[in-house]
Amino acid sequence: MSDVVERTLTALPSLLSSDPSPGRPSSTSKLGTLIRGITELTSKHDEEKLIQRELVSIKEQVSSPNTTMRQMKELMVRAVYCEMLGYEASFSYIHAIKLAQQGTALDKRVGYLAVSLFLNESHELLLLLVNTVLKDLQSTNLIEVCMALTVVGQVFPKDMIPAILPMVEEKLNHPKEIIRRKAVLALYKFYLIAPNQVQHIHSKFRKALCDKDPGVMSASLHIYLEMVTEKPESYKDLVVSFVTILKQVVGGKLPIDFNYHSVPAPWLQIQLLRILSLLGKNDRSTSEMMYEVLDESLRRAEMNHNITYAILFECVKTIYTIHPKAELLEKAAKCIGNFVLSPKINLKYLGLKALTYVVQQDANLALQHQMTIIECLDHSDLIIKRETLELLFRITNGQNVKVIVEKLLEFLRHSKDDYVTIDLGGKVTELAEKYAPDNSWFIRTMNTVFLLVGDQMQPDIPNSFLRLLSEGFESAEEDQQLRLLAVDSYVSLLQEQPARLPQRFLQVISWVLGEYSSVKEGLEPATVLRLLAPLLDLRHCSSETKSWVLAAMTKLSAGPACLSVAQELAERHGGSLDTTLRQKLHELQHLASDAELLRRVLPCSDGLESLEVDSSLSFLDGFVSEALAAGAAPYKPPHQRQEELAQEKALSVEPYGLSLPLSLSSSSIAGRLSPTVLSMSSGLSGNSTELSPKGGALRLEGVTRVWGKEGYLAKAALKPEEAAKTEVPCTLSVLQEGGSAPRTPVVSLPAPAPGPSLQAEREKQQLASCLFVGLGSQGAAGPCLMGKAEPTRHGFRKKVKGQGSSSGAREPSGDSASSSHSPSPLSAQSAMDNLLCSSPLDSGSTPSPADSAPSPADSAPSLADSATSPVDPAPHLPHDLPANNRPCDAQEDLTEDTDTSETVVEGNSVAVVDPYDPESLCLSPHLPEELCGLPRSEFRPLCRDASLVLSACCVRTDHSSLLVVFVSNASDSAARGFALQMTSGDLEVSRVRGGPEEEEEHVEGHSVAVYQYSLVPTRPSVHMELAGRASYQRPDGEPQSTPFSYGLSLPDFIRPLSVSTEEYGRLWLASSNDTKQNLALLSQEPDPLRATLHRLRDRLQLNVVDIIASEGIVACQLLQGPPCLMHCRLNAGCLAVWLRSSLPELPDCLLYHCQRALAQH
Amino acid sequence: MMHFLLLFSRQGRLRLQKWFTPTPEREKKKIIRDMTAMVLARKPKTCNFLHWMDLKVVYKRYASLFFCLAIDDQENELLALEILHRYVELLDKYFGNVCELDIIFNFEKAYFILDEFLIGGEVQETSKQTVARCIEASDMLQEDDNSDWYDVELFG
Repeated sequence: MSDVVERTLTALPSLLSSDPSPGRPSSTSKLGTLIRGITELTSKHDEEKLIQRELVSIKEQVSSPNTTMRQMKELMVRAVYCEMLGYEASFSYIHAIKLAQQGTALDKRVGYLAVSLFLNESHELLLLLVNTVLKDLQSTNLIEVCMALTVVGQVFPKDMIPAILPMVEEKLNHPKEIIRRKAVLALYKFYLIAPNQVQHIHSKFRKALCDKDPGVMSASLHIYLEMVTEKPESYKDLVVSFVTILKQVVGGKLPIDFNYHSVPAPWLQIQLLRILSLLGKNDRSTSEMMYEVLDESLRRAEMNHNITYAILFECVKTIYTIHPKAELLEKAAKCIGNFVLSPKINLKYLGLKALTYVVQQDANLALQHQMTIIECLDHSDLIIKRETLELLFRITNGQNVKVIVEKLLEFLRHSKDDYVTIDLGGKVTELAEKYAPDNSWFIRTMNTVFLLVGDQMQPDIPNSFLRLLSEGFESAEEDQQLRLLAVDSYVSLLQEQPARLPQRFLQVISWVLGEYSSVKEGLEPATVLRLLAPLLDLRHCSSETKSWVLAAMTKLSAGPACLSVAQELAERHGGSLDTTLRQKLHELQHLASDAELLRRVLPCSDGLESLEVDSSLSFLDGFVSEALAAGAAPYKPPHQRQEELAQEKALSVEPYGLSLPLSLSSSSIAGRLSPTVLSMSSGLSGNSTELSPKGGALRLEGVTRVWGKEGYLAKAALKPEEAAKTEVPCTLSVLQEGGSAPRTPVVSLPAPAPGPSLQAEREKQQLASCLFVGLGSQGAAGPCLMGKAEPTRHGFRKKVKGQGSSSGAREPSGDSASSSHSPSPLSAQSAMDNLLCSSPLDSGSTPSPADSAPSPADSAPSLADSATSPVDPAPHLPHDLPANNRPCDAQEDLTEDTDTSETVVEGNSVAVVDPYDPESLCLSPHLPEELCGLPRSEFRPLCRDASLVLSACCVRTDHSSLLVVFVSNASDSAARGFALQMTSGDLEVSRVRGGPEEEEEHVEGHSVAVYQYSLVPTRPSVHMELAGRASYQRPDGEPQSTPFSYGLSLPDFIRPLSVSTEEYGRLWLASSNDTKQNLALLSQEPDPLRATLHRLRDRLQLNVVDIIASEGIVACQLLQGPPCLMHCRLNAGCLAVWLRSSLPELPDCLLYHCQRALAQH
Repeated sequence: MMHFLLLFSRQGRLRLQKWFTPTPEREKKKIIRDMTAMVLARKPKTCNFLHWMDLKVVYKRYASLFFCLAIDDQENELLALEILHRYVELLDKYFGNVCELDIIFNFEKAYFILDEFLIGGEVQETSKQTVARCIEASDMLQEDDNSDWYDVELFG
């Protein structure tokens, strides 16, 4: 067959000119003309002009309303052709979708084809296709169903899978096998892009596996291969089925249709073999079930054709993957031998590949074929050569490493492919590090790698190389020798042609010379300096490399000879535009002239004291919080920014539910905004997590003995040297300096470190380490190092915003002059609001522009509050509970207060005059017995009408929050069929069946029925709203339905978390989302820290784990959710808190409530 | 899993492209450029396999046309070669003695056949007859739109 094809295709050129035969598609069509036109052109330029003209004409026609669908089809084909030639025709995408939508039969088919060629699954236009697909899936025309399923199997927007999933599932039961097959493949596609979506139909996959049509069955194997790869242990029960199917296939039981060159269903066989190998891996009993069929497969596949070799290859792989059986292994080995020895080059390649695969289990096999392997090593085909090297890489050991590495390097020298170069470079490095026979070989090999791979190499290669040099092997003598060799070879390299060396290599050389050139006797530092200095003149030398070079020079700069070199350099490069370079030069000059300072900055110790690097960069906390206080935007790590962007873009698939208007209620807006805007959140966490891997890695390798336990102050003293080391710390030190402009050389040398404050720091550190001694090994880098309070920094803190925040939080206490005598939670709330627009705080008298809108609402509830405050019904509870819905309720009250007969009456605004006041109904006796004595909120009315009054309170048990709803029927007749429905966007509401009454319920006259609901927050939020509806039949039979709502706040769902200090330390390290902020301190108290923390404990149910000196740790937990940890420290009259939790929203929300709890007295 | 299939002429002119995994335009262009350069530079009597980044590329020349298929590293190269061959067989059956011109002037047909044979980077149907029947049935729709007959024709 293939010969026929070849022959006909060879005859092709003569056909180009002649007219195609009548059965052939015409080339006189417009497409034909276009194609002919293009073939006649000679230059690329002409082609471009022709196509642009073509595109313009297509564009005109597609947008013309008179174009019929048939013409449109033709246009689409042309547009596809133009795109294939590499010219963009994006204007036609939308028309392709339209064609798929409106065309009939073949037009539609072209439309679908164009869509699948034009768009990929993330293209937004695809959304427009969903309806068309839906319609076609429901079509009675099977071909249309096929088309729809085909396009779904190729491109479909992930988000829209739920929309069509049921319909595709349904097609699994379709009477026609082609539809079933396509449906299975569509589900396979879904499984690949969104595995969770199809989790529930695993049983249907099984049905597809048992389908009577082999096509459907083999389609289902794609899904099984994926699922088995992921989780082999779940599919062991299917081994028997797979084995049976394979037996049948091998035995030729399938229709002859499925034969390929008289081999029965090869694709099916190979798929099954793959699945079996996954299932039999490391599983003896499962493997035993397969031996027979594998043997059979090997035996049957004897015909001399590519496809049988493909099957054999797969068999061999399977045999070597599953639990071994000697007999089979022998046969497989023979098979591999045949491959390797075959004169056919494709088979040889496969043989090498198989050898590579099995050689780790059976090195003898490689020995058997060593001669062939050697031959392949010199093969003219690079691909064969490369595959052989791959094999050699696997069999490398201490004895053969020299030869193999030499071969690899040889290949590397001639390789032009970047990917291959990088890959092989990594492999050589790995081998050299593992098996190096001696030091000089190692250094030589690494030099070659650095030279050959150059700057594309993976960054971890130079890093680990430097680490190897600095940490050394077993014996110190060996290490010294290694370093000496390195220095020697680098010196000679620099003497030769430094201009040719790649950047990475130059960096390595600089570091090694800077660090170890003293190892070589007789090598004067000045000589090295003179060797390094010319590097700065190299044009291709990047400024990063120059920094490395200068860092090395700085380390060596001792003695007058060096000073002269340094001065020379300073003169030459002093005018450089690169400020970093200038700064480093300046440092070099200073250190070269001041040996004493140099010794202090760069202590010359050879020992390998372990480095302690504060990878969280906590020494910058003070700086960051100041910047934030000064109005800087909080730092967001890149992934978060990306997520936010994605969220903005993403379309919501869910229908808009009731929850939307509720969650938009003003309370939640005000509530959500203030913590997020105010909080100085996540900046530091971002630094810690984002910078440390990058900078940390570099610094660990490249920098020694710089960042000691002394933290940042030590660093301040060490600044020049540290700045000289790498880019990252350099910029940071600039930041830390607090200046906004880059440091100029003039300020670069710090005045002698501030002695007293250093002393103070040390003491603080000792304190801190005493405080957090139990926090585990890395604990030291955690909270205790955080934000060293810096007395000198106060100048910065006196910035607009910072001042606002501290005084603002305290404002309500000094606010007694304003209207309400007992400062209500609301005034605290409005204080928050004011802060948002950074206006001076005086909620009553000077309304700021932004404040003016809500101000009428302000006054009403605060009056109301003062009216109710004498009756404080629930002393156990946080005071702010009743205030939850204030802002919105108040407004409602204002607008609706004439309309009391109906709906929502909330808040206590009418409490004094309301005959239905919940308190006056004496509800407490009705509280279920088991709930008495537990902390609860006050009773609040939900709604009422002529006969019923609904009230509710929230009761907190240790493990749940219960909403208890009291239905009081004040009338004489019973309310029949009473039912309550509740929903919430933030809460999971489930009924607790406490009482005897079920389903149909009646509330008898003059009685109180009690309902309990358990509430679990689905995500933390400052306020949570619950919407409900009470329905029942009035005595006259009229159905009656009344809506109500109930507001809850986060503290209702916060529980103390009792942990030991050690556990706290572990948890702290495990949590990631940080938020930091300064809170007001209860400064009038004798022990402000303790008083403040206790206030938080009492109000918000936090557990104060420990208080030591000026720091305290506090822990709590979201109900049925993750913990939230809080670390507090006294800092300049404020309480600096640092919160961490695995839930990103939790710290923000909690902070908000902390502010409120501290604001009200 | 297959990643892409390219058909190009000896002159490096693209005749058909199919991307089974989402690939940005810029990368597509680079791949097409790399593939034609690499494949056309291969000498005779070399193997039909290439490495490209972490993918394997399997190519075969049929007359003046190169068929070039990229697969995952752990896939079976020989089987991929047979996939190409099966596709050529299908084209041949449809066009009857297929030649490059057929594919040039009827590339949409070539796509239709491909879509019935491979989908989402996997082999969909290995039976030559089934694929052929399916294509025929859809083609007939064009001529005769009142489609009562196809049920019999297409689904036997």
